[in-house]
Amino acid sequence: MTPEHARRAIEESIGQVAPNADTESLAPDADLRDTLELDSLDFLRVVEELSERTGRRIEEDDYPQLATMASAIKFLSG
Amino acid sequence: MPSLGADMDEGTLLEWLVKPGDQVHKGDIIAVVDTAKAAIEVESFHTGTIERLEVEPGQTVPVGTVLAMITEPEEVAATPAEPPAVAPPAVARHRQKPRPKKAPAARRQLPPRAAAGEPRPAAPGSPLVRHLAQELGVDLGTVPGTGPAGTITRADVEHAAASAQPEAARPTVTRPVPAQAETMPPQAPAPAARLRVSPRARRVAAQLKVEVSGITGTGPGGAVREADVRRAAAGAETAAAGPPQAAKRAPTATASERTPAMRLAIGRLMARSKHEIPHYYLSNTVDMTAAMAWLHQRNRELAISERLVPAALLLKAAALAARQVPELNGYWDNDQFNPAAAVHVGVPVSLRGGGLLTPAIRDAAGLPPGELMTRLRDLVIRARAGRLRRAELTDATITVTNLGDQGVEAVFGVIFPPQVALVGIGKVIEKPVAVNGMVGARPTVITTLSADHRASDGYTGARFLTAMSDLLQRPEEL
Repeated sequence: MTPEHARRAIEESIGQVAPNADTESLAPDADLRDTLELDSLDFLRVVEELSERTGRRIEEDDYPQLATMASAIKFLSG
Repeated sequence: MPSLGADMDEGTLLEWLVKPGDQVHKGDIIAVVDTAKAAIEVESFHTGTIERLEVEPGQTVPVGTVLAMITEPEEVAATPAEPPAVAPPAVARHRQKPRPKKAPAARRQLPPRAAAGEPRPAAPGSPLVRHLAQELGVDLGTVPGTGPAGTITRADVEHAAASAQPEAARPTVTRPVPAQAETMPPQAPAPAARLRVSPRARRVAAQLKVEVSGITGTGPGGAVREADVRRAAAGAETAAAGPPQAAKRAPTATASERTPAMRLAIGRLMARSKHEIPHYYLSNTVDMTAAMAWLHQRNRELAISERLVPAALLLKAAALAARQVPELNGYWDNDQFNPAAAVHVGVPVSLRGGGLLTPAIRDAAGLPPGELMTRLRDLVIRARAGRLRRAELTDATITVTNLGDQGVEAVFGVIFPPQVALVGIGKVIEKPVAVNGMVGARPTVITTLSADHRASDGYTGARFLTAMSDLLQRPEEL
């Protein structure tokens, strides 16, 4: 998966859970959960959406890699 | 208009989901009502045929107003006690002649649950109540009774006295049975600080995509009218390209519009709690090693959609502990504690636009963790989408608030009256813990209890937190 695809998948997944979230102006290293005010239930939904879009099972142990946009893109396109 | 929470004085009918002639069953969702806090789905309290709708979409009416008339088929006339002679002639009773072919069809007014269908006032109240009424200058004939069989209670009289000033002269004819769902201590009438926008203006604002909260109203009391909206729209040169709204549903307030009203509602309820309830507070640090290990193992094996978050497991433990310590599960009402039969856990859900709603998960102690998690997810989504049902906002017997996701270690909450306890859960954090003389890093969580000292003592509260901790050491049994 290319970084561009990964980014789009992340943005779409977040958009499903927090429709008003502004992912475009998000700093690459900003903490996604804090910045977008996602609680653990929201974050789980994001993971679920992301898993569907990328066809890849994301384990709980992978969560730290989804902390920021930059790290998440790296994780999914790696 | 049913009461959708202890902090509600009035509601706006947004939408009817039924029309006259429709058959409804008890529990069917028949209308959507907007309160200061959210749009709520309201169910029918009776089975029967919708005779007519009394309130139009967009209309705001006080709690207790009749919304619709339902004819109950085959109903044995449910009017046992005729009102005694003291009943004032002005009272409208809305009992119509039964239709010719459906023999004894009794009418029931929609919301009042308690003494539905019974004429009010069935009883003039005890001597004490009569005395109080005289003292406060309250005409008992105009007071809705919320006691057994429509009896007028002390609280009813006080409530009537408190809300009397602007409304004393209101003819009772328009509101046959303004019974309140809960017996509540008197509350001052709500300050009218809510942003006032006419329904039409709101609709036009939605079409023109104008934020009404930024508009200066020129209507009575500073209310925003259609002309104000159009002027604002023209000034902003906003394109009026919005599709026309579906005609029947009155527009919902947006989150930002709702915030001031919601803050007021939350403030009133919490002030009442701090004023009335002598809180005591306990806290406990719980070792989460076993629970977190079990959770991770389980989540590795199951589909992502079936994963549990620690919050769900902690919620289950709290619900089970409440079952074990029933002194904390129920309501303080009329100077006594009434334990609840089941544990319905209220869960505060923060809304994206600010504020919170506290819907309940029914019988949370009886649900397996997976099912509890599903309910929790569903509840959060619907709370934020404004699609909660009435019962979900009035049923909670105890509240469990979790601020762990917000990063706090411990939360000491304010009890939601008339409940008598609130459980606070913080963040699961790795901390140095000594076990058998050895210090190691272990996941821990701080659980707290705010409890009503009228209903229980610290000894009882301690049993609750200990029970919760014990339960979390055996997660597979939760």
